[in-house]
Amino acid sequence: MKSLRRNWAVHLMLVVGAISFLLPFYWMLNTSLKGPTELALSPPSWWPAMPRFENYPDAWHAVPFPRYFLNTILVAGSIVVGVVVTSGLSAFAFSFFRFRGREGMFNTFLSTMMVPEPVYIISSYILLFNLPGGGRDGWIDDYSALIVPWLAHVFSIFLLRQHFLSFPPDLVDAAVIDGCGPVRFLFSMVLPLSKAALTTVCLFTFINTWNSFLWPLVMTNSDSIRPIQVGLAFFASEQGTEHGLMMAAAVFSIAPLLIAYFFAQKQIIESLTHTGLKG
Amino acid sequence: MPDREPVSPLQRGRWGPWMPWLFLAPAALIIFTFRILPIVSALGVSFFDASFGKVRGFVGLAQYQKLFADPDFWQSMGNTLWFVAGSVPLSVGTSLLFAMMLRRGVRFLGLYRTIYFLPVVTSFVAVSMVWKLIFHEDVGLANSVLRVFGGHGLHWLSESTGIFELALARFGVDLPTWAEGPSLALVCVIIVSAWRGIGYNVVIFLAGLQNIPEHYYEAARIDGAGRFGIFRNVTWPLLTPTTFYVVVMTMILSFQVFAPIYLMTGPPVGGPLGTTSVIVYYLFEKGFDAGGNMGYASAVALVLFAIILALTLFQRKVVEKRVHYA
Repeated sequence: MKSLRRNWAVHLMLVVGAISFLLPFYWMLNTSLKGPTELALSPPSWWPAMPRFENYPDAWHAVPFPRYFLNTILVAGSIVVGVVVTSGLSAFAFSFFRFRGREGMFNTFLSTMMVPEPVYIISSYILLFNLPGGGRDGWIDDYSALIVPWLAHVFSIFLLRQHFLSFPPDLVDAAVIDGCGPVRFLFSMVLPLSKAALTTVCLFTFINTWNSFLWPLVMTNSDSIRPIQVGLAFFASEQGTEHGLMMAAAVFSIAPLLIAYFFAQKQIIESLTHTGLKG
Repeated sequence: MPDREPVSPLQRGRWGPWMPWLFLAPAALIIFTFRILPIVSALGVSFFDASFGKVRGFVGLAQYQKLFADPDFWQSMGNTLWFVAGSVPLSVGTSLLFAMMLRRGVRFLGLYRTIYFLPVVTSFVAVSMVWKLIFHEDVGLANSVLRVFGGHGLHWLSESTGIFELALARFGVDLPTWAEGPSLALVCVIIVSAWRGIGYNVVIFLAGLQNIPEHYYEAARIDGAGRFGIFRNVTWPLLTPTTFYVVVMTMILSFQVFAPIYLMTGPPVGGPLGTTSVIVYYLFEKGFDAGGNMGYASAVALVLFAIILALTLFQRKVVEKRVHYA
């Protein structure tokens, strides 16, 4: 009897927890469908009496959201491709080659993981500002500032190396006896056997880039470059009183990732908990 | 590596000795240019006068002197410490509780985990926007719930009074300024920040709990230990490495809080009365908003780095020393 009651308490708390995690999402959706009169109600209503779907197109056209989305997709896509290539190649070198300075190089890479983004963002700005090419302010306010510094990712190298080291040494010998060079070995043996690890790298790189905020906030000035998070933040600060439009914009800015999460939750949870989470 | 072959069989041929470096080059080029160079030069920049991207004259330790003399810096530092002191126990405690409840083959475990993890996938921008609306004084959900239960509405994000002062004011106790605690506005941000991260920590704790071998529980049960006894003598000690990891990681992330402060507080950001300005916002404001004094902002960055480095080294030391699995 006692354990049954306790079980009920556990379930009750779990449900209360679930509600408190879902409620803000419901509130976002609820508010995004309210018209001006309903938004002014105090206390607020729990569901929109007269759903105003026009909030979505209105928000979509109020500022160049299509452009922000394109920018984010371009930046995140390039970074995912770049990270996979650079980490795949360097993890391969760290796992299958022997050379002087290997451990030193690897440890140098690893040590950069201890330094968080806010620490180097100022000096990165100065560096990007003074690089040739790009626009008036060097690479600042240019796609290059959003993409190039993120084309290599130490944790991905670490993760892929861990995976590559689990391959039996005989695999290399067999490949060499069959006359396989390193490039063919990488593409026809190593990569096809690493699909799960590569998926992990792609997922967290894409999600972290999609959600990154401080870096693009600092490195961009114009609408044509701005990614979705920064565009959304500016929209919120400019239209601070238009709650319906703001929530509509919030909904469509999180929708792509939430839809992806719906289909691949297990991989996404695994992938994000493998690595750090960014603010 | 004396026990290994000097050269991998893959490295035969004329290009052999260069092969590793060719494979390493792309990653090394990016990491050295865009990570290591900025990290190393951050220290250097803090000794200079720099306006936006342009570095001017050498000023020695002047930026640090100015920084340590600025009361706003100390207020941001104090707020950051409150933020860490509030969000770490809130986030870690709640996640541990949820993980414990989810562990024992509860029904719908997958569903609960999916729901708890939902905010982790959501951007802080969208999360902050909806919570700011929930804490809205007039049309917010938080105040309407309070009023249903017969309470008064609170000022939430525009309340600069410390929470201890607020809690004790109704008993007629007036605390001295230093004991007022973090402002209610800062506490709102603490709650939101913890809310977003709990799902992440729950998953880490669940993995840690799964690593505890079942026979320890069986032995404890045979010895007649109760639920609390099992938790105290089996779960808690064997979970120490996980708990320690989660605490330190949450601390390191909390020291860097920026997005929810920037998006929920103010205007002006950091308000009311500077009670929600944190160290990374202070850095951002000085370096990018107010005239772009980047030398000064680099000095702030170095102080932040010192704190995080100390935490990281402390973690390593402890992990090496005494955190061992059975």
